[in-house]
Formats: sequence, C-alpha cells, structure tokens
Amino acid sequence: MNLDFGQIVPSLPFILNGILVTLRFTVLSALFGFTLGTLLSLLKISNIKPLRWFAEFYTSIFRGTPLILQLALVYFATPQLIGYKITPIEAGVFTFSLNSAAYSSETIRAGIMAVDKGQREASMSLGVPYRPMMLDIILPQAFKNILPALVNETIALLKDSALVSTIGVLDLMRRAQVVAGQTFLYFEPLLVVGVIYYVMVMGLTQAANVLERRMRRSD
Amino acid sequence: MIRIEHLVKSFGPLEVLKDISTEVDSGEVVAIIGPSGSGKSTLLRCINLLEIPTAGHIFVDGVDITSPKCDILKVRQNVGMVFQHFNLFPHKTVMENLTYAPMKVRGLSKADASKIAMDLLEKVGLSEKADQYPSRLSGGQKQRVAIARALAMEPDVMLFDEPTSALDPEMVKEVLDVMKALVRTGITMAIVTHEMGFAREVANRVLFLDGGYLVEDAPPDVFFSAPKSDRAQQFLEKVL
Repeated sequence: MNLDFGQIVPSLPFILNGILVTLRFTVLSALFGFTLGTLLSLLKISNIKPLRWFAEFYTSIFRGTPLILQLALVYFATPQLIGYKITPIEAGVFTFSLNSAAYSSETIRAGIMAVDKGQREASMSLGVPYRPMMLDIILPQAFKNILPALVNETIALLKDSALVSTIGVLDLMRRAQVVAGQTFLYFEPLLVVGVIYYVMVMGLTQAANVLERRMRRSD
Repeated sequence: MIRIEHLVKSFGPLEVLKDISTEVDSGEVVAIIGPSGSGKSTLLRCINLLEIPTAGHIFVDGVDITSPKCDILKVRQNVGMVFQHFNLFPHKTVMENLTYAPMKVRGLSKADASKIAMDLLEKVGLSEKADQYPSRLSGGQKQRVAIARALAMEPDVMLFDEPTSALDPEMVKEVLDVMKALVRTGITMAIVTHEMGFAREVANRVLFLDGGYLVEDAPPDVFFSAPKSDRAQQFLEKVL
C-alpha cells in the first residue's frame, strides 16, 4: 500500500471549499425541514380528519421511497413537468427539506404529545389562543425533550447530503470524486473528506450538547 | 355571577353530570365536595369550558358561555383557574409565568404586567422568588405562584380544582392561608376540595355532589351539622 497525499495537496483548497457547500445545504434543509415538520406534526394531532390523513399520507410517501429516487425525480423531472430549469442545489434543498419534514414530523408529534396536558389546560384557562399557546408554551417544551432526536436527524441530513453529488452539486463528496478523477488517486481524497465529515458531525454533536445544557437551565 | 341551568356532561356513553342547576352570587365562596368520581372537577371545568357541556346552559356575568356565539377565550380571561398539579410553565421563570398571559392576551406592557405580578407575588409571600424557575420551588410555593398567575389576569371568578391535594401535609396551610386572604378580597370563588375544615370555615355554601347529581346545596353549618341526604351523612362520617 502506497499512499500519496502529496499529490492531492494542491487540490485541498478545492476540497475544503466543499465544507461550506455541504454545511449551507444541511443548515437550509434542516431549517426548512423542521419548520415544515412542525406544521405537519400539528396537522397530525389536529381534530380535523382530512388534515390528519394528508399529513400521514405525506409521511408515508417520503418514508416509503428512496431518498435518491426523490432527489432524481425532483431534479430531472421538474424541467420536464413545469419547464423550470431547477438548479442542483435548489433540487437538493427542496427534496431534503420535504424528506426531513416527513421524518421529523413524527418526532415532533411525539414531543408535543409528551408535554403534560396540564400545560395546555393552564394556557387555555388563561385565555391564551391556540397559536401563542403552541409557539410559546407547548413547542418550546416539546423541542427541549426531542432535541437529541432532532440532532440525530440533522446528522443524518449532513451525511446524506453526500447524495446530492449524484445530481452534480459540488459538495464535499463530489469534490473528492473530481480530485480522484484528476489524479487517479481514490483513497486519499475520499479519506480526506471522510475525516472532514467526521469532524463536522463531532462539532455538531458538541454544539448540541452545549445547547442542551443551556435548555436544562430551568430544571 | 355564575348561573348553571340543567347542566349535563357526558363522556361518550358515561353521563358524569346529571341535570345540575345552581347559582353562585358575586363575592360568594362555594365549596364543591363529594366522593371521587362524583363529577366535582368536571362541574368546575365546565365553568371555564375546559369541558364543553353536553346540554344545559352556564351563564357567567350574564353571558351564556354555552352559546356557540360565545367567545371562549374572553370567558376564560375572566375566570381564573388553579389546578391540583399547579401546571406552571416550567421553561419560564416565576415572573414570566405571571406576566405571560397578561402581556399576550390582555396586551399589557411589560412594565404594567410586571407591576401587577410583583404586587401579587408580594401578596402570596414569594416576591424573592420572581427570577427562579418553578423547579426550584416547593409544592406549596408552586401552588401560591399558580394562584398569583391566575390572579394576574384580574378575573372576576376563581376556580380551584383540589388545590391542596397534591401537596405534602405541611404545605397545605400556606396555600389555604393565601386562599383565605383571597376570600377577604370579595372575589367569587368555587373550590373543589377535600379540606372539610377549610370548606366549613370559608365557604358561604357547600355543594355536595354524588354520582353526577347535585345532592345538597346548603350553608356549611347546616350541611356539616345536619346533612339532609343519607349519602351526605355517610360521606361526612367517613371524612370527618
């Protein structure tokens, strides 16, 4: 086995620039995904049956089909269907947000259900309307409880983001492949981005720990 | 202040309240007692529509709150409630617990809401706890904060749902003392309680419920010394 990292050193800045692409992609997908997931979770606990059905059907579609297929469908079929030439990054964020919403909505629903029903009754007895009750009283407590699960979901998003390399987004993964194609060395660039992914996930885990400690202030 | 007419409440096939009619005058303190499962809490929870009555009418301040046109949120702003398990907002400080609804619902400024809150905390003897989170308080302190939180909305009616049942014995008195002080302010109160001594001392009237029926409705000295129904007699023999 002879490793030659020397040859890929000139390509390092190119690879490192992929960190920003991957990070931005993950952050956007998580933000849109959790927002949409929260809305879906509210539909799932709603008293109105058609809304519940819709949310459950939505979840079953996105959980029941491969993510890479959803990605390909959005990227390649959108121009064909509506004539809009969607960029790879748009297609990626769009698909990942919709997909993540399906998964996180289940987590958030469970988190809301786990908040003591007395909290709802106390809010109601004070005349607090539904929206502020959810936003100020129920959801903050729900999110605190499900933070570890949401961190897991974000980590999954970060790692799965490598899938967007298949539609041509120049993320970390894609850049490793480009460098491999130029230098005919596979192990070195892939190992480098592997380490980068790992470090990013560890950083995310640490940040989540700090956040969790902050949220436990009131315990 | 509160008029209840032929109130019926069912949960599915189970009829919990059966044709209850009574009235509570302004400034009156009514104790609701009875065995567990008799419908006491349900009756109380109908008055601020935490339970929606199946039939009958409830008037609060002359407004029929069972009418579909009635603004439930408005009714609740005017009817404070204290729960057995306090139900303080755990992620908010004591101060924030008290100011949240007045700011959000009544639209008070932070300064005004804080002033009302501070006055109330002083009255319940907890002004030094304003910046603490509820988890740092004892059960009795939590319940006093919960009473102050309900009062911060400046309601005309206060409902108490077994306010001392979840407390350690040595903390019952501090909560009852706060409630006694509240009685002297002349606010209308309905209290579901197992504290017979307290009911006898502060209530103007006692409602005795059994099996969903309002069995007795009498002043406390009459009820406790000479209950008319067998059921109430049996009940009092057991609890006194």
